[in-house]
Amino acid sequence: MSRLASAFARAKAQNRAAFIGYICAGDPDFDTSLAVGRTLLNAGVDILELGVPFSDPLADGLTNQLAAQRALESGMNAAKVFELVRRLRAEFPAAPIVFYTYYNLVFANGVDAYIRAAHEAGVNGMLTLDLPPEESGEVQAAAKKHGLDTVFIVAPTTPDARIATIAAATTGFIYYVSREGVTGVRADSAANIPSAVARIRARTQLPVAVGFGISTRAQVAQVAADADGVVVGSALVNCIRENLGAPATMIARLATVAADLVAGTRR
Amino acid sequence: MPSKPDTLDRFSLPDAAGHFGGYGGVFVPETLMTALSELAAAYEVARKDPKFQAELRHYLKEFAGRPTELYFAEGLTKHAGGAKIYLKREDLLHTGAHKINNALAQALLAKRMGKKRIIAETGAGQHGVATAAACAKFGLECVVYMGAHDMARQALNVFRMRLMGAEVRGVEAGQKTLKEAINEAMRDWVTNVRTTHYILGTAYGSHPYPMMVRDFHRVIGQEAKEQILAREGRLPDELIACVGGGSNAIGLFFEFLEEPNVRMIGVEAGGRGITQGAHAARFAGGRLGVLQGCKTFLLQNADGQIELTHSVSAGLDYAAVGPEHAFYRERGRIEFAYATDDEVLEVFQLCSRLEGIIPALESTHALVEGLKRAKQLGKDKVIIVNLSGRGDKDVEQVAKILAAKS
Repeated sequence: MSRLASAFARAKAQNRAAFIGYICAGDPDFDTSLAVGRTLLNAGVDILELGVPFSDPLADGLTNQLAAQRALESGMNAAKVFELVRRLRAEFPAAPIVFYTYYNLVFANGVDAYIRAAHEAGVNGMLTLDLPPEESGEVQAAAKKHGLDTVFIVAPTTPDARIATIAAATTGFIYYVSREGVTGVRADSAANIPSAVARIRARTQLPVAVGFGISTRAQVAQVAADADGVVVGSALVNCIRENLGAPATMIARLATVAADLVAGTRR
Repeated sequence: MPSKPDTLDRFSLPDAAGHFGGYGGVFVPETLMTALSELAAAYEVARKDPKFQAELRHYLKEFAGRPTELYFAEGLTKHAGGAKIYLKREDLLHTGAHKINNALAQALLAKRMGKKRIIAETGAGQHGVATAAACAKFGLECVVYMGAHDMARQALNVFRMRLMGAEVRGVEAGQKTLKEAINEAMRDWVTNVRTTHYILGTAYGSHPYPMMVRDFHRVIGQEAKEQILAREGRLPDELIACVGGGSNAIGLFFEFLEEPNVRMIGVEAGGRGITQGAHAARFAGGRLGVLQGCKTFLLQNADGQIELTHSVSAGLDYAAVGPEHAFYRERGRIEFAYATDDEVLEVFQLCSRLEGIIPALESTHALVEGLKRAKQLGKDKVIIVNLSGRGDKDVEQVAKILAAKS
């Protein structure tokens, strides 16, 4: 069983949804980001989703755009992102780590070489925001060869017929984006999540995680009632942004916030 | 060396998934996939619908002012002392550039699709102005995204857009030019996809945009072919057009792709010269990558981060090039050159003085190459340069640059 599958199975056995925490690798710099990743995993985050900072993150809202900008300005590059994964992997041998990235970073120097390097660093899965299944043949082949799971998105606008196509390309989990739009915190909760999750479940056995706009424990609990996993990103990234000058406060705050959100996953 | 004749049927591309050989395709977040396939389907029906085509022809003639003249540039021809230079006068179109061809057509298509809200990106502002005009004409809500840096250097166009009822939203991210405006337009589209049509302004992005925008500009080459046959009794030896995304260029070139004796040259922005961050000549300093919806030549660093670009012309200041251009370059059918800012500023003044025509800085890139080529060719040769836009929008910026230099 892959690390991702184990994480979902373990959460299910504990009668809760898996908690997927997103941060941008290297935000605001390498060392702080390492401490942030460590804090999240210690706080009970089941799957760490690492955003690979890209110059043109067109699926991301302002919070994550600024996070990527901070990371790039601090000197993050492909080699350092892999190094960050290696360091986390050394401390947390069993923790599932998933890349959240844009295709040009995977494509630029050869898809196979990139996925191999990611696997060797300790990455377990990859979601490529601007890569639909139709264009993902090379990524699927390399992921299979190197033992990396693929993650693809289903959106509210995805017709039923496409869900099967998406599921066929996916080995890790289906990421349901709960609303049309970019990433970011929203006060209201997306409607129709139970029916959307049911719509996907009717077409695949894969775990279904729900994300985009989920930022409070109440929202987590609401989504966890139906989904196999809950993704929270901007709420965590905001803890980083709000405490940029004070790393100790940042880490303490993240530990509290993450533990609270994780507690929301219990059914 | 003359370029190779192409035996490929130009209508066979792109394939159903938007590929021009190894270029193009669809690379967008899942939320947009259905909108893109609905758009492709709606366009497929519209392109074959005589009513849509007749309506479009009507507005192109009566609202935009087609056909545009093919004008013999006597002053520039004499100055070069070689080949005859003709200018395809897209600068005479309503709103000042070829962009209106596509903006009108896509606005009509949006109406057909029942989308009442339009978004667009703009660099130099010409596409934004064209879209604002089309939306005013058809009563559509219009939001234009524009880099804050471009808003400053193209302030006149910002005012024109607002005057026609468009909301212009400044984009402060990154280097605040066209690329960031497209990112922001795509974020808007992802958020409002059910009600909104994105009028992309160049032959770029995900399928069906590169094909559709090309088709809407084919009229440029169709007219030019008829006009040059009427004037000279033969086809031109060379076609020259500037290439940002590449819409005016593919519009002029497409009709001639299967004419083996017509050479075609696209001209990119050489900026301050071909060093990292100082230019936007993708074929001179770029390599294959994926950005903003398609696979093509990009200016990028070793990791695949998109590089900064520079050009005196906002409309060419972009890190990627249309996939169809990348394809025909690979086949040797379309050649590429670049013009530097300094060359452009000189010819901007020269054309104004010798022809009484103030060209857009974008189009001036094509004129720079046109003059170079004309000098090398005999007097029996004929060149058509696409004068894709007028330079009224640029005079304030050029005045500032020239004042700083003197």
